[in-house]
Amino acid sequence: MSTSNSKLTEKTAAELIQIQAKGEANAETITKAFLEAIKAKDPKVKSFLLVNEEAALATARSIDSRRSKGEKLGTLAGVPIAVKDNICTKGITTTCGSKILEHFVPPYDAHVTEKLYQADAVILGKTNLDEFAMGSSTENSAYQTTRNPWNLECIPGGSSGGSAAAVAACEAPISLGSDTGGSIRQPASLCGIVGLKPTYGRVSRYGLVAYASSLDQIGTFSHDVTDTALLLNVIAGKDDRDSTCTANEVPDYTANLEVPLKPFTIGVAREYFAGGLDAEVEKSVREALDVLKSRGATIKEISLPHSTYAIATYYLVATAEASSNLARYDGVHYGHRSKDHSNLIDMYSKSRGEGFGAEVKRRILLGNYSLSSGYIDAYYLKALKVRRLIRDDFDKAFADCDVIAGPTAPTCAFKAGEKSSDPLSMYLSDIYTISCNLAGIPGISIPCGFNSKNLPIGLQLLGAPFSEEKLLRIARTYEKETPWHLKRAQIS
Amino acid sequence: MAITLDEIKWIAHLSRLELKPEELIAASTQLSSILNYINQLQEVNTDNVEPLAHALDVSNVFREDVLKESINVNEALSNAPDRQGNFYGVPAILE
Repeated sequence: MSTSNSKLTEKTAAELIQIQAKGEANAETITKAFLEAIKAKDPKVKSFLLVNEEAALATARSIDSRRSKGEKLGTLAGVPIAVKDNICTKGITTTCGSKILEHFVPPYDAHVTEKLYQADAVILGKTNLDEFAMGSSTENSAYQTTRNPWNLECIPGGSSGGSAAAVAACEAPISLGSDTGGSIRQPASLCGIVGLKPTYGRVSRYGLVAYASSLDQIGTFSHDVTDTALLLNVIAGKDDRDSTCTANEVPDYTANLEVPLKPFTIGVAREYFAGGLDAEVEKSVREALDVLKSRGATIKEISLPHSTYAIATYYLVATAEASSNLARYDGVHYGHRSKDHSNLIDMYSKSRGEGFGAEVKRRILLGNYSLSSGYIDAYYLKALKVRRLIRDDFDKAFADCDVIAGPTAPTCAFKAGEKSSDPLSMYLSDIYTISCNLAGIPGISIPCGFNSKNLPIGLQLLGAPFSEEKLLRIARTYEKETPWHLKRAQIS
Repeated sequence: MAITLDEIKWIAHLSRLELKPEELIAASTQLSSILNYINQLQEVNTDNVEPLAHALDVSNVFREDVLKESINVNEALSNAPDRQGNFYGVPAILE
């Protein structure tokens, strides 16, 4: 029985692997189906900045040829994947959503890119993001605003909005993103899919264009938790080229996924259910907690007293790190160089002034301000102290519970343009996701319902460092009891 | 907590960012409002709290001092805005 194209694009990575194993469709057919979906839907969704059609088809054909010769293939053989455009892909333009890197072609692959090739995944193309990963809606991209597949007037979230929308729109079954303050989890929540930010140091950042080096982490988007585990297996692990990447062994995240954790305790922080939380979002999240209770969870009320300070802390730490990381864009070695400059310093200033967008400039200024003489103690160092208190809150909480659960975002997807004129109101949409990066702990967003306007709602689970196995098992326990991970957005 | 236009100009200079006059004014307003929000951190008692710059408990990650192949010259220069031989051309630094 042949599987029709539209059915193929709604499948998960695990299902596509089975389909190939049974001979129901080959890698080339699967890749063609997703390329067709991109052609049909992306003019409306605008997930992709670049589609790698020729190379993707060549990879797929090569996989089919090797399979027919009985060669051993990688664990993601023939599975198409989309990659956020701040992850380096050798020979393939990588813009970071910025004009300053409009023509930048990396001479090397990121560690995770190498792992995808080794796993025989088929890279379909590079996805849209807020410029240099700074934003929560993709409206800061210098190229285009991605649309939410559940309502094209709404944004998909950000900064990994393109990668999230690509999966939600069935233009790719899985994708990679990056998360510095919630940039995977928030778009996953707004797009009704699963998004995981691993523990800091679980996945190598070599080849991830740096925004905030102590907060950035590459992570996964997928329709379900099984695919999350499959993809995490591929990208996690030691890399000598990233000195912040841990040498801790990588367990097989798929091995015990179906084994429920018994017993387990879920911490519910009172601070995550306070003002600003949309009533429909709260209702869905509380219903999700009831489902978990019915599967054996004990719910325990906890407090994360410093969480109210998380956004203020983040916008000092992240912007300080960003002001250093983005100093390299000076027009000397790569990227945009201004045409009319009178001397070297002028060349730097004009190239950066011309090449960077407004939000990026804002964050560089804020970062340098908080690091400058006379202000560094009151701002940057103060923030680092509060950061330790935030981390201590989590250490205390995880002594008493296995995971912390709450909403991923305070609202569902908002309309394009609604928050773009007020930077601070945009920053506040990261209120539940941001502490996780400051503390370095892993977090996952899983779909837990829809609001009355058919916009997705996400449940966030946070775990202790390197507890992804437990986190995924609990997420899977919830997913098995509910229909949300089976829903697919239909785009006319 | 207001940032003055002069302060913004100084920070923009340190940041090597040339901003248009309207960008400078907008930056000063927006950053003042953001800093106003950030000032709530002053309420937190951080006496005897060590700064946490890095979430992972690692230090001194070294490798063996062994010569390895590096990126080749053509790849390194492949995105050069102004390649001159095996160099990046830039405006004169010294008078």
